Amino acid sequence: MKLIVSPFTNDTMTNDTMTKGMSRIDGRLKVTGAARYSAEFTPAGMVYAVLVGSTITKGTIRSIDTKAAEKAPGVLAVITHINSPKIAGYRVEPGKQEPAKGTYKLFYNNKILFNGQPIAVVIANTFERAQYAASLVKAQYIADTHQTKLAENTAKAFAPEGDGKKTRGIADAWKTAPVKLEQEYIIPSETHSPMELHAIIAKWDAPDKLTVWTKTQGVQDTQDGIANIFKLPKANIQVNSKFVGGAFGSALQVWPHEVAAILAAQVVKRPVKLVLGRADMFTSVGYRPHTWQKIGIGANADGKLVGITHEANGQTSTYEDFNEGPAGVSHSTYACPNVNTIYKITPLDIGSPTWMRGPGEATGAFALESALDELSYALNIDPIELRIINNAETDPDNGKPFSSKYLKEAYKLGADGIGWSDRKAKPASVTKNGWLEGYGMAVGMFGAYRDKASARAIMMADGTLIIQTAVSDIGPGTGTAMVTIASDIMGIPADKIRFDMGDSSLPQAPSQGGSSTTATVGSAVYQACTDLKENFQKLIGNGGTDKPDYVAVLKKNNLPKLEVTSAVSGGPEMEKYAMYSWSVHFIKVLVHPATGVVKVDKAVCVADSGHIVSPKTARSQIVGGAIGGIGMALMEEVIIDHRYGRLVNNSFADYHLPVNADIPQIEALFVNKPDPYLNPMGAKGMGEIALIGMAAAVANAVFNATGKRIRELPITPDKLVGMENLLES
Amino acid sequence: MEDEKDYALPEFDTGEKDNSRRNFLKQSTLLTAIALTPGTAIKAADMRVDEKIAEAFEKMPVKLEVNGVAHNLSVEPRATLLDILREQLDLTGTKKGCDHGQCGACTVHVDGHRVNSCLTLGVMASGKKITTIEGLAKGDELHPMQEAFLKHDGFQCGYCTPGQIMSAVACIREGHANSEMEIREYMSGNICRCGAYPNIVNAIQEVKEGGHAV
Repeated sequence: MKLIVSPFTNDTMTNDTMTKGMSRIDGRLKVTGAARYSAEFTPAGMVYAVLVGSTITKGTIRSIDTKAAEKAPGVLAVITHINSPKIAGYRVEPGKQEPAKGTYKLFYNNKILFNGQPIAVVIANTFERAQYAASLVKAQYIADTHQTKLAENTAKAFAPEGDGKKTRGIADAWKTAPVKLEQEYIIPSETHSPMELHAIIAKWDAPDKLTVWTKTQGVQDTQDGIANIFKLPKANIQVNSKFVGGAFGSALQVWPHEVAAILAAQVVKRPVKLVLGRADMFTSVGYRPHTWQKIGIGANADGKLVGITHEANGQTSTYEDFNEGPAGVSHSTYACPNVNTIYKITPLDIGSPTWMRGPGEATGAFALESALDELSYALNIDPIELRIINNAETDPDNGKPFSSKYLKEAYKLGADGIGWSDRKAKPASVTKNGWLEGYGMAVGMFGAYRDKASARAIMMADGTLIIQTAVSDIGPGTGTAMVTIASDIMGIPADKIRFDMGDSSLPQAPSQGGSSTTATVGSAVYQACTDLKENFQKLIGNGGTDKPDYVAVLKKNNLPKLEVTSAVSGGPEMEKYAMYSWSVHFIKVLVHPATGVVKVDKAVCVADSGHIVSPKTARSQIVGGAIGGIGMALMEEVIIDHRYGRLVNNSFADYHLPVNADIPQIEALFVNKPDPYLNPMGAKGMGEIALIGMAAAVANAVFNATGKRIRELPITPDKLVGMENLLES
Repeated sequence: MEDEKDYALPEFDTGEKDNSRRNFLKQSTLLTAIALTPGTAIKAADMRVDEKIAEAFEKMPVKLEVNGVAHNLSVEPRATLLDILREQLDLTGTKKGCDHGQCGACTVHVDGHRVNSCLTLGVMASGKKITTIEGLAKGDELHPMQEAFLKHDGFQCGYCTPGQIMSAVACIREGHANSEMEIREYMSGNICRCGAYPNIVNAIQEVKEGGHAV
């Protein structure tokens, strides 16, 4: 595919210019309540399903009493491992061994692998009746000793396939450096906690034909997933997910509750709706795994890095190996001749983790960017200066040139934005109105990817352009960006363009994940519009015109419409260049010396995300990711009562995440220079980098404010309390 | 393996061994009040001969005025206003985010005040005027708060948005939108996981300062 840098402006953008940009194309539906999410459809005859979860953490179900539930009013069926129809995809091929690891299999046997594991599903004609009947299901268990504590099970840790040890240069070279440190950094498990509960409506249209409305980041990946589990032809499964109420990685796979609803609909022969409760959201749809890390880092007195050793050990489930490579950031972020990483995962009796915004890079960046900050104090070099000294001009891992990298510009923008010159290098030296004040910064990086995708562009006789592709939108504003691209190429106003998505029957698109939607699907939309315009030029003849009158051309040629479907994939540039998006987060905190309360006073986030296609939604995406990162830094933590292996804080009252009062105005700044190689728009991803590095930026600011280095997240007041003496000195 | 134990979570002892719900039905003052209840109906319910009779006795009449439209409904006493709006009236603009009054996604106005509809039983709202997000605009003309949310991009995924907007309108009406700090405090019952808080605050400030009638 020919790479074209479109003639968008590349001026640096600020908050002010952002608000003047185009509003969301689906905004009106969202502010009027007309946008329908997965649980908000009502096929005729629909009934309700509620799951029953295991109350033990490991063992077997000895017996399960469903009689009372079955007799309760309105109950149509209760399905357990005893009476569940066999699921075709779970069957082990004759002569083959049952695989040791794999996705959790619903109602497969009587084994309990984690607390809250679904052991039954109750189907009734109203939600209230299903919920009440679910409370009547009683199981007797034979409990086995469970293990839910990472620190006590490190002996079981092993290197995940393909991502264990990796060494560049000499291992442990940091130890030879004149200035060095070695520290441990710990993050707890965190949950995605999207506001929309995971939900599915399953409807069998025929014994081998299924329609689902389900919360998913990828309608076609869900279609594949269901096809594999139920051994149905892919074409027989219709997946709808037009509006997704946030996901952050939690809707990238087919979960057991989706299997339960599909199974239930099969058994009761009616459409079934299943909405997870908020408590289930903490145990049933993955989480960012609790991870221990250790970094050894050393530099010469001039700040030049000598070596980094980065170890990581993250938890996973006993039945599935989840590998997110958190130590990878130490290989790619800075020019350092000697880097060795060791990554292990530890199986515990907990449900499987999954990708959560920023995945391994966010975990790894907390450790690396905290360590770099510690090193800057040890060297007495400004943290920004230290990063510039070690700036990688080419990919340190393979020597490839970067397709684009404007990190140095980003440092400058952010430093000016936050007022970095007001920062005092000496920790705990500034107090204002009884609060300690400090500044911190940190870098985030994430690979800029591009996958294959298709889009259809249809010009209707009335001049309406319809763009269709099977992408999902979990909130970043995919449709708005796609319409902006189409409008730019076709030369027609955005309000003449309709964008269809979230439907598995539309042209191929990958799941929304890994910050790749604009690069991937945007390229397909770009190509389809370019091809459609070319077809119009051919109809016009003589080379056409740059601004065709589409309506007139269709009329003249007696055509009701003109349409084209175009498929694109990443070009050879993907091999030639190292492609990354970069962010720099700048934070000013106030810390209350007596109570240890941390307030984020100011945040400035700078993104090197290539050309910004949709300024208003891009700004919101950066601000939102930053807030997620502030939650990671200051409050989010899944707490397990290890005596029972059960979650203690599985509610929004107890699992603290940022609320409005916690968040100041956040400035999002964009370098806004196009990447010449990744895609024709010059865009790079920004969903992940919005969060990656933020937790370290906050921790670094807290150190600057207090002189206390918090290496275990979240930075709750109990870790800082009792610093009144700092005010007196 | 450990000893076999009953690991079921502890339950409250109601002193009733069997089918406490129907016993409750038979004994309840509610039914006593409906003196005309035929004994045969209770018997039929008790014998489970007719699910429809049982269902009838589980329901109560409720009058709701939602967005100016009167509804005479028959609902189970345990049905929340949220579930009635979403499942019976197909007003799905009001969202379920936690069902425990902890997230604000279900915020509606009851007689002009913001409430969590998930913590409000339908029977509690009988005779009251309910406004949901669907009732905020005047036809095609959006409410100023809806316009401001669009302009300031006060959302991403849009799921918490109806609750945020209903709360935001009430926040101004209550007189709790006099400063950025006050808005943040009085909007903290509405969680937005996408992180649109600063944009939401900006939207509310604009409406407040614009002097629009809310």
